[in-house]
Amino acid sequence: MNKQGNTYTILYASVMVIIVAALLAVVSVSLKPMQQANIEIDKKKQILSSVNLEPTTQNAVELYSKYIIDSYVVDANAAKVENADAFKVDVASEVKKAQNERQLPVFVAQLDNGDKKYILPLYGAGLWGPIWGYIAVDADGNTIYGSYFAHQGETPGLGAEIENPTFQSQFVGKHLFVDGVMKPVAVMKVGQKPLNGAEYIDAVSGGTITSKGVQDMIENSLLPYNAFLNSIEK
Amino acid sequence: MKNKEILLGPLSKNNPVIVQVLGICSALAVTSKLEPSIVMALSVTVVVALANVVISLLRNTIPNSIRIIVQLVVVAALVIVVDQALKAFAYDVSKQLSVFVGLIITNCIVMGRLEAFALSHKPWESFLDGIGNGIGYGLILIIVGFFRELLGSGTLLGFQVIPDICYEWGYQNNGLMILPPMALIVSACIIWVHRIYNKDLQEK
Repeated sequence: MNKQGNTYTILYASVMVIIVAALLAVVSVSLKPMQQANIEIDKKKQILSSVNLEPTTQNAVELYSKYIIDSYVVDANAAKVENADAFKVDVASEVKKAQNERQLPVFVAQLDNGDKKYILPLYGAGLWGPIWGYIAVDADGNTIYGSYFAHQGETPGLGAEIENPTFQSQFVGKHLFVDGVMKPVAVMKVGQKPLNGAEYIDAVSGGTITSKGVQDMIENSLLPYNAFLNSIEK
Repeated sequence: MKNKEILLGPLSKNNPVIVQVLGICSALAVTSKLEPSIVMALSVTVVVALANVVISLLRNTIPNSIRIIVQLVVVAALVIVVDQALKAFAYDVSKQLSVFVGLIITNCIVMGRLEAFALSHKPWESFLDGIGNGIGYGLILIIVGFFRELLGSGTLLGFQVIPDICYEWGYQNNGLMILPPMALIVSACIIWVHRIYNKDLQEK
C-alpha cells in the first residue's frame, strides 16, 4: 500500500486514535479508586486544618476519626436533612443555589480539651479560579476559632497569600454576629471599614480581587447558616 | 554516533536547557521548590524516553503528512498516563504541579527530540537519547530548584537547613528567589559558569 496515500493516512490515524483512547480508558478506570481515596484524605486534611490541627497525609484519616465526632447536613431553617452525608455534599454546586434550597454540611469537632467546634465549608471565586476553605466556629455559634483557605491558581506572592497562616490567623477571635444580627467578617483594604458595621480583617496587599473573592465567598457561604448558628445551644 | 555519546552528550555539551535552550518555560515555573523540580525532571524523562521509543518503533509506518499529529497524540497519551499515575500515587505532588504536568505536552524538548532524533533512529538509541535529554533537563531543574529553595525558603525538600541561630543574627530569606524572574537569573548564572568551562560553546 502507498504509505503517503490518503487511504493509508486516514486508516492510520483512525487506528491510532482508537488504540490510544482504549489505553487511556483502561488507565483512568483502574486508577480511579486510588485517586478518589487521595481526594478524600486531602479533604479531611483541610477540615482538620481549620481547627488549627496539623495533619499529614499519613495521619489525616486517623486524626479525622478521632476529632470529628459528628457531621450532618442542615437546611436554611436549621432542620437536619435526613440520609445526607455531609462529607459527600458538593459545596461547589450548593453555593450556586438559592439560599433556602441549599444543603448545608456541618462538621463537629471535639478537641482534646473537650471544646466543641463547628466547621462550615466555604466555596467561591478568586481572580483566576476557584477558592475554597473552612471556617471553624466556637460552640457559641459566633466566635471564629480557626480558618483554612486554599485556591487553585491565584498569583503566587499576591492572591495566593490567602493560603498563608498569617492571613488565616487574622480570623481567629472575630465574630460573625454583631448585636445579634449576622454580619460575616469582611476583608477590607488596610484603613477601610465595612459600612454595615461587621468585624473585618486586612486584605492581602496586591491581591485585591482575591481578597474581595474571599469576602464574597464568606458572605455567600455563611449567610444560609444564620438559623443553624442561632440554634446551637449556647 | 556512539550510544555513550547519545546518552551523555545532553548532560553538558548538548544540554537541552542551557545549550539547545528548549524547555525554559517549565524550568521557570516549577523550580521554586526542590521537590516539584525533581518530580518534574522524572516525569519529563519518562515521557521523553517512552515517546522516543514509541515514535522510533512507528517511524517506518508514520505517513509523512500527519507525523506531527501522530507525535502529539503519542506524547499527549503518555502525559495523561503520567498525570493519572501521579494523582493516584503522589497526590500532594500532583496538587503542587497541577497544570504543569499537562504542560509537558507543550514542552519543546519532547517534540524537539521526536522530530530531530526518534524519527530517524532505532528504538534503543532513541531511548538513550530520551533518557539523556530528560536527565540533562532535570539536572538544570534540580540545580535551580536547589538554590531557589535554599535561599528563598531556607529549606531543602521541606526541611529547614539554615539554622535558627542565623535568623536570630538577622539573616532573612530572600523572598525574591521564590518569584519566577529569579529562575531566569539562576539559569543564566548556570549558563555563564558552563560557558567558562566550555570555551568552544562561547558565541563570538
